[in-house]
Amino acid sequence: MSATILQTEALSIGYTGRQGASRVIAANLHLRLHAGEVVCLLGPNGVGKSTLLRTLVRMQPPLAGRVWLDGADLCTLPPRELARRLSVVLTERIEVGQLSAYALVALGRHPHTDWTGRLSPRDEEVVRWALEAVDAVSLAHRQVHELSDGERQRIMVARALAQEPLLMVLDEPTAFLDLPRRVEMMRLLRRLARETNRALLLSTHDLDLALRSADALWLLAPGGVLHSGAPEDLVLGGAFEATFASDGIAFDRRHGSFQVHPPAQRRANLVGDGLIALWTARALERAGYTVGADHTAPALLVTISDDAGRPCWELGVPGGSSRKVGSLHALTALLRTGHMVVADPAADPKLDRMEERGSQ
Amino acid sequence: MANAVPVSNESAWPRLGLRPLALLAMAGAALGAFLLSLVFGSVRIPPDQVLTILVGGEPLRATWVTIINDFRLPKALTATLAGAALGVSGLQMQTLFRNPLADPFVLGVSSGASLGVALVVLSVGAANTALLAVAGLLGNLSLVVAACLGAGAVLILVLVLAQRVQSSVTLLILGLMIGYLTSAVVSLLLSFSIAKRIQAYIAWSFGSFGGVTWSQMRVLAPVVLGGLLLAFILTKALNALLLGETYARSMGLDIRRSRIGIVTSSAVLAGTVTAFCGPIAFLGIAIPHLCRALLRSADHRVLLPACALLGATAALLADLVAQAPGTSVVLPLNAITALIGAPVVVWIILRRGAGRGAFGV
Repeated sequence: MSATILQTEALSIGYTGRQGASRVIAANLHLRLHAGEVVCLLGPNGVGKSTLLRTLVRMQPPLAGRVWLDGADLCTLPPRELARRLSVVLTERIEVGQLSAYALVALGRHPHTDWTGRLSPRDEEVVRWALEAVDAVSLAHRQVHELSDGERQRIMVARALAQEPLLMVLDEPTAFLDLPRRVEMMRLLRRLARETNRALLLSTHDLDLALRSADALWLLAPGGVLHSGAPEDLVLGGAFEATFASDGIAFDRRHGSFQVHPPAQRRANLVGDGLIALWTARALERAGYTVGADHTAPALLVTISDDAGRPCWELGVPGGSSRKVGSLHALTALLRTGHMVVADPAADPKLDRMEERGSQ
Repeated sequence: MANAVPVSNESAWPRLGLRPLALLAMAGAALGAFLLSLVFGSVRIPPDQVLTILVGGEPLRATWVTIINDFRLPKALTATLAGAALGVSGLQMQTLFRNPLADPFVLGVSSGASLGVALVVLSVGAANTALLAVAGLLGNLSLVVAACLGAGAVLILVLVLAQRVQSSVTLLILGLMIGYLTSAVVSLLLSFSIAKRIQAYIAWSFGSFGGVTWSQMRVLAPVVLGGLLLAFILTKALNALLLGETYARSMGLDIRRSRIGIVTSSAVLAGTVTAFCGPIAFLGIAIPHLCRALLRSADHRVLLPACALLGATAALLADLVAQAPGTSVVLPLNAITALIGAPVVVWIILRRGAGRGAFGV
């Protein structure tokens, strides 16, 4: 196993209130971070992820125990020495005014420059290397306030990288980013950890992405219990499900993702196959139905058929009326408004399709 | 650490650019304004004669020597120092509080200085003396000390509050409230004072660079230069603070020490200028914005000297206009700085498109 960069020893985190009374969020944590490793810190809202991160980067003191960073006690490192070993990317949006991305990354050299802040050739080399490492060379000339959220985040990572730390701590680096940008960011962070042999610790709400890309997860469960291990270990061991257990959401171990749907009370039978059937089932689940092929006494019958080369859905209530619709939107709208019960069998399915177009 | 630093394409990279040419041009402008302020006044003295006097030669008229040496030179020097001090002080406050509306005056520092001066003028000063005619070094010192104490006390109070509140808007409101409080005390002092002292105080509040004599310059110049030096030493801290205090701390900056340094420098600069020249509004807030718009930079290593140079130029020009050359009228300096300066700043900032997120405006 590669070198240990961060290690906690019986660490207790939390807040000290007035009159010395302390509120412990998690106690007796023994954590390890290794070089070249990406660790994601996960947990439900309000469980104390930020407190843990803040303690590990010395923004707040531990209640008890120790944090060792590269063999040195975190609490006694001089600020400048700490800044050379540890850098952060925060969630707060920075307003720097008229500063180029290059100059922003150069600010990361702060703990390495003399009192004038002058960059040596070596400093400039590191700045350029950091920009290259995050694929942001083309952004170097741009003003920071002109950058998109994704570009800005890359620049902030480059700034943290320019500090040349052993450990980078990123607080929700994928927040505010759309899905492709989130995937890119995670891929970038993984690559950085591997290529530069640094340790990366990041908190995220992106469970799916964390499961797929982290080398290890720290799963902070309510009550201050921290499970750590490979994502797969945590899934198999059930820690994942236990941590995020909640009403209306269930962890599907088979797919490694959460299924979100309201509790289903009604049953629907679906006739059809292929991709259309899959997505029809999802629409029905969203509308509150348990979908099957041969439920006994279903509340709803849905048949997928073909209407002159386009899909259409025939909805029927057993022993009642039936109706055709031309889109799933129209289908769920029908179910939602309850018109199904009193549906007019003579309704023209084309009309529904027209309405659907018109509303788009 | 294994940093494989690849050889990169040199020409493709932006230069951090300390803009030596732009700064040189600004220095030239400041020098030009300085010479202009020596040439123009109630009596016009030809530029070549001014130069002759400056190098110690014999001008065409002997009275010109007195005019230049005893009146215009100290006044121009005062304007230079005051303008530089206010520009730099405003820049420091805007960065420290991360608020484009901040300047030493908005936060009540000027009111603090005014209160200090008011206490000296309205209650201590001799009945028949105009302000600053409290001649002699001791008088100067007591005034400077009073203004600095007033300004420093308010700034420290604001900073203590700054530790408690998170939002800079809240802090700004608190600063304004402190300003109102001190103004109220000044009003009370005024209402219990006699007409002559009130007149002296009001004349002081109009602002003027003309009241500083050579002996007073011996206090003003070293204090302002000291404040500026401290500000220059703190440029690296100011740059780190661009990213906010959390990031600055994560980069190894000692926030407490930097903050104390910045506040000290700013309070000394603003307090001293206010003591000698009165509460000169506008320059402190306008000059930093003007520099950012002109230089399109937020790097304090460029902004700080630029604010000093441009501040000096603006102060010299404003004083020139306030003298209304060719007449014996002297307009209130405060009115001139804002009356001419505000439209100019608005025009430049709009035209250069300071842009979205560009630290205000």
